[in-house]
Amino acid sequence: MGDPSTVTMRIWRGDTNGGGFEDHDVEVSSGEVVLDVLHRIQATQAPDLAVRWNCKAGRCGSCSAEVNGVPRLTCMTRMSILDPAEPITVAPMRTFPIIKDLVTDVSYNYEMSKRVPPFRPKPKPPDGHRMFQEDIERVQEFRKCIECFLCQNVCHVIRDHEENKPHFAGPRMFIRYAELEMHPLDSGDRRDLLQEEMGLGLCNITKCCSEVCPEDIHITDNAIIPLKERVVDRKYDPIVWLGKAIKGRRSGRAE
Amino acid sequence: MNTKTAENRDGLAASVRPRFQTLRRDRWWRAPLVTVVVLVGFIVYGTWVAFANEHYFTDPYLSPFYSPCLASNCAHVTLPVIGDWWTLSPALLILPFPLGFRLTCYYYRKAYYRGFWLSPPACAVTEPHRRYTGETRFPLILQNIHRYFFYLAIPFPIILFVDGIRAFSFPDGFGMGLGTLILLVNAGLLGAYTLSCHSCRHLCGGHVDVFSRSPVRSRLWLFVSRLNVRHGEIAWVSLFGVALTDVYVRLVSTGVISDPRFF
Ligand code: SF4
Ligand code: SF4
Ligand code: FES
Ligand code: FES
Repeated sequence: MGDPSTVTMRIWRGDTNGGGFEDHDVEVSSGEVVLDVLHRIQATQAPDLAVRWNCKAGRCGSCSAEVNGVPRLTCMTRMSILDPAEPITVAPMRTFPIIKDLVTDVSYNYEMSKRVPPFRPKPKPPDGHRMFQEDIERVQEFRKCIECFLCQNVCHVIRDHEENKPHFAGPRMFIRYAELEMHPLDSGDRRDLLQEEMGLGLCNITKCCSEVCPEDIHITDNAIIPLKERVVDRKYDPIVWLGKAIKGRRSGRAE
Repeated sequence: MNTKTAENRDGLAASVRPRFQTLRRDRWWRAPLVTVVVLVGFIVYGTWVAFANEHYFTDPYLSPFYSPCLASNCAHVTLPVIGDWWTLSPALLILPFPLGFRLTCYYYRKAYYRGFWLSPPACAVTEPHRRYTGETRFPLILQNIHRYFFYLAIPFPIILFVDGIRAFSFPDGFGMGLGTLILLVNAGLLGAYTLSCHSCRHLCGGHVDVFSRSPVRSRLWLFVSRLNVRHGEIAWVSLFGVALTDVYVRLVSTGVISDPRFF
């Protein structure tokens, strides 16, 4: 796409009462991203088009939508990767309730976030806490999360089964749990909670969350599967059961 | 929390939403289709081989489907732990272990949940099921025993490696043929598959929270993690490896091809 060319943007317009797709023919110049084009439509054709955005740099996680059916950050999706011959669809995230047009109500994620038991530091030794880089390297990956909720949106557990929402924390929250569980200074144990109330077992490790994460966090491999393995330590390991029976007490974590 | 998402979005209740609804334009159905074709192909071939009970050994090559060979009715006995009361194919004695290992493997679970169970068929494509309980109930909750299959799977690459070493000893003395190389490569691939397993990664060091206090585990974990990134690819390659090794031994054994000797 060297010179400006015209493409058709097929954008979902509507609110809580329903809606549908609306076509807008719009000029696109080279180097532009989907969000630029949405802004142009807003400026020239549809001033009431609702779009959430902030940084336009892939940092704030506000501009999530589904471009040609694929969950993406609109500010990081170049127009040049999309086929201009066909209308380009932009739809709001399907898993969350609509507010207006491309803006959805993502409060489900904040509700689930509130239910994460917070960091519980181990007692402080006399010379203070000490951490080494190698101890926190693994959990630093999870700190890259920009809370775009694309992973929560794509996860079929809630995307296709609304009824699972109350008992499914979702991939974004699983990396938060993993971060706490693997933290060198945390003393909490959230494994029963994860398995019994947060739906860790609902995840069937089909990896869509990892596929869409714009921060390239290996959500399934580095957070969810390790958490599942930790739950196995706690609940399904006959050697641990045996150890518990012999010791006659509920043992802590296997380490 | 407003939960009327699906109804609002399409004017359709979730339960009457069309199956495989998606706005994706790419060929998302390709990956699950390939998965189904390859896995069905392997299952059909593997079942036939397991029951065939012939042409699995041609001195000095033993097919991986029949190794270790534990029954005394074997063409090439590894360890005669089962007496001659066992008259079925000796492959049936050992195949449940690698089968269970692959069936409960985190990677294959992803592949067959997507390909066979369509749950989901691909990302952002509606799955056809009305209810979904994931791995929370019987029978899928049994996937949690993967770790035990991992323990049981550890001897296999070692045994196949020994088979590879044995494949240097021809009836006419020491030598090396294409089959020797194939057996060794196959053992290597199976070793890489087993080592890159997620349960292996957890047991080696994934369960540790303070790596600086467990330097050996820390190094082990880093090593396994590097392999683990490729676990999916290794899973496919080693699957083909096992099948092709058997094909090779079978072709040599039936005389369709002759084994080129390097020395
Ligand atoms: S891997 Fe699990 S959490 Fe991630 S999208 Fe799939 S089912 Fe959801
Ligand atoms: S984990 Fe990735 S996809 Fe999920 S909210 Fe964070 S940045 Fe977005
Ligand atoms: S606008 Fe901030 S991530 Fe796109
Ligand atoms: S063998 Fe694949 S995860 Fe264990």
